[in-house]
Amino acid sequence: MNQWKNFTKGFLKENPVFVLLLGMCPTLGVTTSAINGMGMGLATTFVLVMSNLVISLVKNVVPDKVRIPVFIVIIASFVTIVDLAMAAYLPPLHAQLGLFIPLIVVNCIVLGRAEAFASKNGVGSSVIDGLGMGLGFAFALTLLGAVREMLGSGSFFGMKFLAGDGMLVFVLAPGAFIALSYLIALMTRITKRNA
Amino acid sequence: MQYLIILISAIFVNNIVLAQFLGICPFLGVSKKVETSVGMAGAVLFVMTLATIVTWLLSHYILIPLELDFLQTICFILVIASLVQMVEIVLKKASPSLYQALGIFLPLITTNCAVLGVALLTIQKDLNLGEGVVYAIANAIGFGLALIIFAGIREHLDVMDVPKGMRGVPIALLVAGILALAFMGFSGLV
Repeated sequence: MNQWKNFTKGFLKENPVFVLLLGMCPTLGVTTSAINGMGMGLATTFVLVMSNLVISLVKNVVPDKVRIPVFIVIIASFVTIVDLAMAAYLPPLHAQLGLFIPLIVVNCIVLGRAEAFASKNGVGSSVIDGLGMGLGFAFALTLLGAVREMLGSGSFFGMKFLAGDGMLVFVLAPGAFIALSYLIALMTRITKRNA
Repeated sequence: MQYLIILISAIFVNNIVLAQFLGICPFLGVSKKVETSVGMAGAVLFVMTLATIVTWLLSHYILIPLELDFLQTICFILVIASLVQMVEIVLKKASPSLYQALGIFLPLITTNCAVLGVALLTIQKDLNLGEGVVYAIANAIGFGLALIIFAGIREHLDVMDVPKGMRGVPIALLVAGILALAFMGFSGLV
């Protein structure tokens, strides 16, 4: 039960994007379509799970003073793995996400979970925490991507349901801010019903 | 002439915050007051320029000759983290007044993706050292410009009657969206 709660908290109650407001750069930068958002979300999930796993394993060996650099090196190694694997197996998606793949290193969610959770908890709960947080992040990115894609190009996961182009502004930069603004307002309304 | 094009395109047309979505965290986080945003902009200008120079040298004289460019991400983030630490120590000793002004922002810069982003972009775009420096300075100015304008608007927002559900982050993001819309007017300038 406790582990289940640990897993599900990332979706609504502590959703990294809508509630904690972490990792905003990839959130806004790559969500021009639902599929891009999902790809980025899943890549971040992988990095989160693996870095949480390794950090919870080494947490007792690493001296407190140098823990942040150690965490960053661990995270950066997994990001490099994702970067190279994606370039090899999914070149179109890799080209779309571009610079934001190496930038997972400085995504505050990953270091934030390492520092706030994995460095204090056991291996099992750290992996579940990473998975829950990562999927919550992926969920938020897919949702934002889907909204922007539907409004901006009149399609859903690449399937067109509207003739013509839609409101182009939602695919461009300003639309990212505006769509996220309304999504956060909506999410706050849902999670705090009496607000 | 070429430097001028880099400068204008990085500050206005491809603004690092409003068009490329780098450095959104400090953009939202330290933009509540104009004063603090000026401090942050200064710190970013300083670190971004230094980091781009150091990572450029690292990349062109060590990583590429040794064919180790797959280690780029790891090396760059380590260089930036230690650089920030060093700048902090040096500033504390050499210029306490500047340290007072920039001090609290320096540790935050390590996780500012704009710094790593510009360092990586400089290599990706195959700029030479001179162009890289101009590119870094231009991006830092673009970041500062967006941040300071945004902070100015947010100061006014505090006294406005905003609908309850939109208070705080949602309205700030909406303002950022409109600001991005305004900056789109510069596209096609270069």
